[in-house]
Amino acid sequence: MIYVENKDLVIPGQILADDEYYSGRGTFKDNGKVCSSLIGLVSLRNKKIRVIPLKSKYVPKKGDVVIGKINDVRFSMWDVDINSPYSGILPAFEVFGREKKELNKVYDVGDVLFLRVVDVDEIKKAKLGLKGRGMGKFKGGIIVDIAPTKVPRLIGKKGSMINMIKDKTKCKIVVGQNGLVWVKGDEDMEQLTKNIIHLIEAEAHTSGLTNKIKNKLYLAIDGELPPEEAPEEQEEEFVLEKPKLQNFKEELEQEEREAEEKEAEEEEEEEKGDKPNIAKVIQELKRKNKSKDNTLSYGDNSNNSFILNKK
Amino acid sequence: MMSEMIREDGRKFNELRPIKIEAGVLERADGSAYLEVGGNKILVAVYGPRESYIRRLLEPNSGVIRCRYNMAPFSVDDRKRPGPDRRSSEISKITADALRPALMLENYPRSMIDIYIEVIEAEGGTRCAGITAAAVALVDAGVPMKDIVVGCAAGKVNDEIVLDLSEVEDKEGQADVPIAMMPRTGEITLLQSDGDLTEEEFAKAIDLAMEGCRQVSELQKEALMKKYSTE
Amino acid sequence: MDIVPEITRQSITNLVKNDKREDGRELTEYRDISIETNVISKAEGSARVKLGGTQVIVGIKPQLGSPFPDTPDLGVLMTNCEMLPMADPTFEPGPPSDDSIELARVVDRGIRESELVELDKLCVEEGKHVWMLFIDLHIIDNCGNLFDACELAVMAALKSTKLPVATIEDEEVVLSEDETFDLPINNELALCTFVKIGDKMIIDPTLEEERVASARLNVGVTKDGHICSMQKGGRQPLTKDEILYCVNTAITKVKELIEHL
Repeated sequence: MIYVENKDLVIPGQILADDEYYSGRGTFKDNGKVCSSLIGLVSLRNKKIRVIPLKSKYVPKKGDVVIGKINDVRFSMWDVDINSPYSGILPAFEVFGREKKELNKVYDVGDVLFLRVVDVDEIKKAKLGLKGRGMGKFKGGIIVDIAPTKVPRLIGKKGSMINMIKDKTKCKIVVGQNGLVWVKGDEDMEQLTKNIIHLIEAEAHTSGLTNKIKNKLYLAIDGELPPEEAPEEQEEEFVLEKPKLQNFKEELEQEEREAEEKEAEEEEEEEKGDKPNIAKVIQELKRKNKSKDNTLSYGDNSNNSFILNKK
Repeated sequence: MMSEMIREDGRKFNELRPIKIEAGVLERADGSAYLEVGGNKILVAVYGPRESYIRRLLEPNSGVIRCRYNMAPFSVDDRKRPGPDRRSSEISKITADALRPALMLENYPRSMIDIYIEVIEAEGGTRCAGITAAAVALVDAGVPMKDIVVGCAAGKVNDEIVLDLSEVEDKEGQADVPIAMMPRTGEITLLQSDGDLTEEEFAKAIDLAMEGCRQVSELQKEALMKKYSTE
Repeated sequence: MDIVPEITRQSITNLVKNDKREDGRELTEYRDISIETNVISKAEGSARVKLGGTQVIVGIKPQLGSPFPDTPDLGVLMTNCEMLPMADPTFEPGPPSDDSIELARVVDRGIRESELVELDKLCVEEGKHVWMLFIDLHIIDNCGNLFDACELAVMAALKSTKLPVATIEDEEVVLSEDETFDLPINNELALCTFVKIGDKMIIDPTLEEERVASARLNVGVTKDGHICSMQKGGRQPLTKDEILYCVNTAITKVKELIEHL
């Protein structure tokens, strides 16, 4: 017997099904019944029941990409706040290798970084690293804070939601799985994007959200609704599950492409030579990218547990 | 017969005072709830699971909960001095003990969950009301748990066993038995008894209090559904 | 312990520089204000104020007590504030923090120095019995600018306060069971709080703005436009011109605030 349907809202202690069903994440078995341990939505696949939480703190997992804030600089590592009950550390050797450098000259207290969870120890402390494209310190932009459980919704199916926002606002957006989002673009667009992200968070479990957000964006930016698309875009179901790994990969690839495009654009601008400050920044950026390309083989990266874990 | 008896405030022996529960009422807290029962007004905030800097409180294989029950100086007829006293310290402890059995804290080793119960106005039965509200706030915070703990009291007034004592009944009554339970299994997580009861009366009181808990439990669920459902 | 991310500091500072704010307000615009009075039936006066996401509750309890020897015919006001740990993850349980004491004292100073409570009417028997009013502030949700929220709450609660009529019979104070009188109040006041971000002074800061700000100025102004209390806070100095600008702006803003009472 099963007592709930797919996507039903359930609460802790609620009996979901009898013994013949499997107890997945967010559920437990007690006295021959599968029960929910969370407030969340039922996800039913074959005979396996899971409950996708509506609210939950981020717990670091090997391979995740997160946004963190340097809280302290120590002898050979940085303490990083990753918006979690468990703090992270970024060991100096993850950044310098064997080289000796002064840590606070590179990243200082208050700096915000895009990081990868390299490992999680038995007490859940996260060891962080910077191997991967686009990893490192953010310059400029704003940080938006959402419930980590809403991250998949913000990204959307195959990145549909986030890409739409990026396209329309022309903002760079980086989403950490710990619920922190970095947005950089025009000052007003940054604020608009922040509001849009919060709206997605608030209405994550409603259907028809992608269209709703699309309309909001167009109204805010163009002052009118988007043109009707002839083949009505298939309405997305409200999926709160983690996106499949290929989505994230696409997401990353997309970001890379954008970065490259941006670089090309910026090179053009640089050639014009009218923006010396920007030129400097770009050079710095390029240097950084290069050094990254040198320090890691991309093959290693795709072997990273981030992807393996998901299988 | 007993069921015919009408109490001072017009309730039947097995009737609760009017209750209102609301989930998610504060911005900053990870989870929160507001509860009114009779003249009680209770606000609960939950922070966590979060990193704790108090090492000695941490457990290597489990999260820990800390509870602080506090009465506002203006919550009672004669102004209460701010800060903890022996009564509130005891209630804080038993509240944590009442909630803990339901929480699946093993998912969050070495973390801490803080539960802050503020009695904004008191009118008898604040500890049970605090537990009921705290459980809703914990769900709102996304803490995994086996069941939503709920509290309710029964007692003896004018030689009758009655449900959910008001302040006047508590003062003038002969006994008060506050309990908390996990409604799915019926296991009891808090029990106090103060006053004079026969074995038979105690059994009656506990049955009545459990029945009260079940009724309040439905209201907890309603509050959560209201907060989180979209339709 | 809570460190403001450097890029947040920059983005807020840049916004303010361009006369903008993260929530879209003007530099001198308040967030939504709602005030409810008589929210606690066991208190003789009470109010709940919401200022944006900030929420405070205040309850006023009277007690009969002895007057201070130097003011034998005046009632006594006592303001106490609890920054409850529920309100903010950085607030700790325990005795009042310095911030909490400063908040209570600044709020109290406005009420006291504007002399809006007619303390002489709180005297029951000169030299022996006067009313002491305990004003207890409960901070339940901190989203910035507790000062202005608290002063509004106290003002609203004072206006709603009713005391039992007290008479002297056979040298004993007798309190009437059903007869009450309104707390005599002859003025109104509000606090207008500014913080300095970059080189601009902004009103009603959010939490993040407060954390980024270099200095703070509270200006207490009565309904008739008199300054009755001020306090400078924060790590950095203010110029005279900045202070005069704040005073001038506060006088207009306070009129708006008082309309909510």
